[in-house]
Amino acid sequence: MIIDYEILKLIWWLFVGVLLIGFAITDGFDMGAGVLLPWGGKNDEERRVIINAVAPHWDGNQVWFITAGGAIFAAWPATYAAAFSGFYVAMLLVLFALFFRPVGFDYRSKIEDPRWRNMWDWGLFIGGFVPALVFGVAFGNLLQGVPFQYDEYLRPWYTGSFFELLNPFALLTGVVSLSMLTMHGAVYLHTRTTGVIKERMKKATTFFGGLLVVSFAAAGLWIFAGFDGFHIVSMPATDSLPNPTAKTVEIVSGAWLQNYQSYPLTIVAPVLAFIGVAGAIFFTIRDRGGLAFISSSLSIVGVIMTAGVSMFPFVMPSSTHPSHSLTLWDASSSHLTLTVMFWATVIFLPIVIGYTLWCYRSLWAKVTIEDIKAKSHELY
Amino acid sequence: MFPTEEVIELSRWQFASTALYHFLFVPLTLGMTWILVIMESLYVMTNKQVYKDMVKFWGKLFGINFALGVTTGLTMEFEFGTNWAYYSHYVGDVFGAPLAIEGLMAFFLESTFVGLFFFGWDKLSKKQHLMVTFLMALGTNLSALWILIANGWMQNPVGSDFNPMTMRMEMQSFADVILNPVAQVKFIHTVAAGYVAGSMFVLGISAYYILKGRDLGFARRSFAIAAGFGLASILSVIVLGDESGYEVGDVQKTKLAAIEAEWETEKAPAAFTVIGFPDQEAEETHAAIKIPYAMGIIATRSFDEEVPGLKDLLENHERRIRRGMIAAGYLDKIRAGTATEFEKESFENAKEDLGYGFLLRRYTDDIPNATEEMIQKATKDSIPQVAPLFWTFRIMVAVGFTLLFIFAASFYYTAKRVVHKKRWLLKLALYGIPLPWVAIELGWFVAEFGRQPWAIGEVLPTYMAASNLTVGQLWFSMAGFLGFYTLLLVIEMYLMFKFGRQGPSSLHTGRYHFEQGSDDSSAGGGEPVLARPVESDRI
Repeated sequence: MIIDYEILKLIWWLFVGVLLIGFAITDGFDMGAGVLLPWGGKNDEERRVIINAVAPHWDGNQVWFITAGGAIFAAWPATYAAAFSGFYVAMLLVLFALFFRPVGFDYRSKIEDPRWRNMWDWGLFIGGFVPALVFGVAFGNLLQGVPFQYDEYLRPWYTGSFFELLNPFALLTGVVSLSMLTMHGAVYLHTRTTGVIKERMKKATTFFGGLLVVSFAAAGLWIFAGFDGFHIVSMPATDSLPNPTAKTVEIVSGAWLQNYQSYPLTIVAPVLAFIGVAGAIFFTIRDRGGLAFISSSLSIVGVIMTAGVSMFPFVMPSSTHPSHSLTLWDASSSHLTLTVMFWATVIFLPIVIGYTLWCYRSLWAKVTIEDIKAKSHELY
Repeated sequence: MFPTEEVIELSRWQFASTALYHFLFVPLTLGMTWILVIMESLYVMTNKQVYKDMVKFWGKLFGINFALGVTTGLTMEFEFGTNWAYYSHYVGDVFGAPLAIEGLMAFFLESTFVGLFFFGWDKLSKKQHLMVTFLMALGTNLSALWILIANGWMQNPVGSDFNPMTMRMEMQSFADVILNPVAQVKFIHTVAAGYVAGSMFVLGISAYYILKGRDLGFARRSFAIAAGFGLASILSVIVLGDESGYEVGDVQKTKLAAIEAEWETEKAPAAFTVIGFPDQEAEETHAAIKIPYAMGIIATRSFDEEVPGLKDLLENHERRIRRGMIAAGYLDKIRAGTATEFEKESFENAKEDLGYGFLLRRYTDDIPNATEEMIQKATKDSIPQVAPLFWTFRIMVAVGFTLLFIFAASFYYTAKRVVHKKRWLLKLALYGIPLPWVAIELGWFVAEFGRQPWAIGEVLPTYMAASNLTVGQLWFSMAGFLGFYTLLLVIEMYLMFKFGRQGPSSLHTGRYHFEQGSDDSSAGGGEPVLARPVESDRI
């Protein structure tokens, strides 16, 4: 079946969104668990409870991140190239932080020395904290536009520096993503643990949920109060060959609010974010783990959709050369590649979700301190 | 707006070292997963506890290795974008697809089931758990398939076409990309080499227990499985060696000629140079010892096909560089929007040599007006350094045959049930553990260094593929990788040695050597008593 190029470009914008949301919902909770590890568990056994609540799943979860990266490579090669090389130092910091996770989970409990275990606890903390923060910082920079341009052979060239990325607005969006994933981790751990850890996770859900509401609202107000967005003045037809330098773009205050005015229904996204947080806190306090997890996931959907809708159709605006900005219309792969990738995703993603759910169902049980003591040499 | 030579050099060093490092862990994963499947199948069929213990113990070592495989694999996913941005832009339309499909189809499978493999013992039935192990193995191997389809396309870029409007390669036929003959042979060769690594690992460590007289029931069974699987695998590696993939495409032909240090095209079937001293400047090989006909038969699987020599290839490259200059001239006009219909058509006819024109980019911004001297330099660049390829290939082959000997002897003496008496073989197996890694890393070098000067064969020179980064950024990342990777390797090896020495006692089942009371161990004799609890423990 041949799908129109224009439609496919749009579908791929949605697919990238789905993969990012999938990543944030799955890998997000184990990164959140990493952030909570030093405080959620006061001694080795409590920490092992937290680690073993995510131990069988973090690896599969992380593939959402890798697949999202791979899908951006395949569907938006120009974006993959410009973003990864432009954010070079930030990307490597994320990468180095992620190094701590596979070895932290797998090696930590193989040796009983407390210093060894303590070291990996902080490793797992860094492996959760740094990526969760930097992803938000990256989105904050995308919303402000990134200083990059193209030469005549479409070679991307980033002209900013690493420290420019750490501006106040981007740090605020960093807090948004950090508090979002930490809240999500707390909600997950709340459902999988008992006793004192469960109680701590209740408090953590309320705290980080509250922080998410405040920071998300603050970022929204900032954008409302005359934040510079990007607006396409003219561009080639949406089904034409992708050429990221053929359009005209202007920087306009309030441009990121235009989509909400043009399509009022999209206001659902930020509203969902707030309702989701409220639900997560409410159901956690009531000990309704499943509903709390769904609510928390919905808040993630809401936050990521808000970023996407605000910028639509931009995916990586250029602050120095606005007409070189990347949009979903001109950063895309060819018609054939998008078609191949569409079918690959439509076929394999449901299968992946199917066996992932089976895996969770097979291993679903509360992790307790007694379990850790009983299977000390088998568990992480 | 072009990275400096130093940035390109550092980017190459970084990619090569991180890829080689990643490839320390991948082969063991590829091989160990199937060995675990074999052991667990035996457990399900025979119900003997010892096989379950084998899956758990070797699984423990597999897990230590797997963690670093995942860690270092992340780097590879990042690096195309961070360090090879123009590459990603230029070929992402084709190259990105197999990588993304690898994630969807294979990596999810492997990573989801690896969790169940370790944590599902009490929650799944025996058969369910075996299925989980099998799916994990399938996932790792499918991963290798898609990565090698991507890599095969770098060596021999089929099923795609350059589009001057989007300034990139675009996919024309997904089937051609998947069925790329280079990718097919590479896949077989690479996964089989991984099976050899897995087998050698189990073989060598089992030999250690047999030498020490510990846990003999456990060790002999492991040794036998590794010997059988390893022998089959090393035969596949050698018989299906990927020389057969060297007929396709100019890059592969050049690589073959460089490996063989064949400067002149010989009459078919060409001779094989066993040893000699290749001299790039003089374009000849000193003191060469040759076996008549051998290379022609190995490389072309025929008696009458010629294997082109480097001098002829260089001549051909020079012609293509000159045509590439013309193509680059048309391309500039098309990009500037000033090309006539005739020029656009002429570009279509000349664009297959555009990549060769790009070889001049190292010497000039103005490719269409490059000087004669630049053309000569670019022509010299168009083949890889011969001596390193010549030597690494020969060491790889020698190691391969050594491994064949070790596995054949292990298999033979296992079948005759006298392997525990052959201490020389057990020692060879133990100290030979690094051998597959030597061969595999050298094999990677032959394949990828032999691809130079291309990032994508005949399409995009490595020189043009790097990101516009600064030297400072590269040193930052290099220092990070060096620090982390050294630390991780030390920790990994420490754990491997620790658990390797402990053996199955590390499972804390109470059935193995270090868990026996001291009165037991004094009851020595020819066949240590320690193995007995395992033998008799039948459910």
